Amino acid sequence: MERILFGDNQFFAVNHISDEKSRAQAIKFQNDVEIIKTLDYSIDAGVHTFMCTTHDRIATICDYIRSHPAKYEDYKIYPCMPYAHKYANAVTELGIVGTIKEYVPNNFMGSLFKGGVAIMSKDYLSIMELMIDAEMKMFRNIKTPVIFLQNVITDLLLGLGMTEVLVAFHKYIRKKYDTEAGFITMNMPKLLDLLEKAGVENPIICTSINKAGFRMSGGKELYETVLKTRKVRVIAMQVLAGGAIPPKDAIKYICSLPNIESILFGASSRGNINETVSLIHEFDKQYQYDILSNF
Amino acid sequence: MIKVGLIGAGKMGISHLSLLGAHPDVEVAGVSDTSKMVLDALKKYTSFPCYTDYEEMLRKAKPDAVFVAVPTRFHADMVQNAMERDAHIFAEKPLCLTVLDGQKLVEIATRKNLVNQVGYHNKFIGTFREVKRLVENGYLGDIFHFVGEAYGPVVVRQKQNNWRSNPAEGGGCLLDYASHVIDLINYVVGPITKIKGSILKSFYSKNVEDSVFSLLEVSSEVSGVLSVNWSDETYRKMSTTLTIIGSKGKIVCDANELKVHFKTTDCPQGYSKGWNVKYITDFTDNVDFYLRGEEYSAQVDYFIKAIQKKVPNNINTFQSAWHTDKVISMIKQSINN
Repeated sequence: MERILFGDNQFFAVNHISDEKSRAQAIKFQNDVEIIKTLDYSIDAGVHTFMCTTHDRIATICDYIRSHPAKYEDYKIYPCMPYAHKYANAVTELGIVGTIKEYVPNNFMGSLFKGGVAIMSKDYLSIMELMIDAEMKMFRNIKTPVIFLQNVITDLLLGLGMTEVLVAFHKYIRKKYDTEAGFITMNMPKLLDLLEKAGVENPIICTSINKAGFRMSGGKELYETVLKTRKVRVIAMQVLAGGAIPPKDAIKYICSLPNIESILFGASSRGNINETVSLIHEFDKQYQYDILSNF
Repeated sequence: MIKVGLIGAGKMGISHLSLLGAHPDVEVAGVSDTSKMVLDALKKYTSFPCYTDYEEMLRKAKPDAVFVAVPTRFHADMVQNAMERDAHIFAEKPLCLTVLDGQKLVEIATRKNLVNQVGYHNKFIGTFREVKRLVENGYLGDIFHFVGEAYGPVVVRQKQNNWRSNPAEGGGCLLDYASHVIDLINYVVGPITKIKGSILKSFYSKNVEDSVFSLLEVSSEVSGVLSVNWSDETYRKMSTTLTIIGSKGKIVCDANELKVHFKTTDCPQGYSKGWNVKYITDFTDNVDFYLRGEEYSAQVDYFIKAIQKKVPNNINTFQSAWHTDKVISMIKQSINN
């Protein structure tokens, strides 16, 4: 994985500290051209991986990427599925069974419902696989070296103790897409314990890590200990804690931590993208120098 | 270990179940649901004992506490039934469909001295708790007016077929969405005592309202506006805002951001004259296990701690939820009038 990954929250009005900023972002990015422009700023800054949810609008961005193969030759996307609000709102409206009927490909459900619900009840993992395939359709012919399960699903399964389902996701992604599976979580230490016990070694985990300790369940110290002592490939997200920490302090903290393979961030302007990227480079150099001089 | 049972593994129930499954002081003693598909999945992939009949679950699992997350229509019977078996209760909101049913549950819980809590999670959101503190300590001076709003994208087209679209089961924007805002106003500004008028409007739904607009009165001096619409697709998820105007200042608060304006330097520590902007990150304590928002973990943890007698059982009690039910009923009456 690359050291820096570009995220998509800003494109879809996800702002963890301000509804007003969310709306401003929704207005700014209502046209896909603006999203593409901003992705290009990140490429100019040397970031060649875009980590994004399987939001409907990403399909259009993928079309654009496919139609400009030369420009995006080295470009990679890390899909994160599912786009949770699509399903959450559907569950409120249609119920759990209704949502599955709505989103699982038609033929499959049609044939299964003909055979009765009982048949289906034995084959949940096949339903999951069909839903993964449905979400992955928009990324055809695009490099997707890591495919992630969104935190709301990862953490739901984690709390329920549905280890088998988490492992099945991991296995299916490897088998069908020949790529790595990753997990987004707000409960990194607990998830790592569970995955290790289930035989998933050195998993890719994307999780909140920031100087403020925001959304680090169980506490910042626990996360720091895990990073120091365990085998895990970590992507740090929410490094600015939604804007609560000044960028310089935030990045300095992240770069000082061991075992963080990648840093995920999102920004709306060229200035902010360049600032964050150069801060990461600056502190990476500083800490590498510190490590070398300690030898 | 507290033995907990869950009745209803739908959207909220599954979420509670996951939090309970991860809670270090909880043993999930049983789960009941009428959906074969949901129950089969739980049977197959979790270690929780599963039941199709909730009474069988109560009888066999003998839980110390029960989470009731079924359509509101069933709350009265199921909650009463569980309390008669001396179980502490966490019920989803709203408490009941009628004021009489709610009153009965309040009485039983009080008589049997059972821990009782309802899932109005806004009270566990740091920004709203800070608003409560500011108002309670008089930092806004005399309150003149408030506006409680909630918007979200639940029903954004003409299509529906579940209990939330059935008024007899507890569906509709008033019970599902507006109840949160009413409950928050009751908590922060004071109990609503009068409804001066309401408009309940449907945009897409056939059988229920999609929006609620009401003029509310706490006292002759304190009045406000309720504006709730669950058919607003410009929101990604439910967004609740409370605006309060007082003689010394004004508050505009949502789940993420608190903006406070003080007229003079006479303001609490950490605030100054003019606008103050604070974020949820300033008010949020880490939880041990996170799913969907700290407030969901915090309310479950608070309930468990209340059973362990580590905290008083005084947030989101049946009594306070019953008052919210009363206001809901007053709003309905204000239309018929």
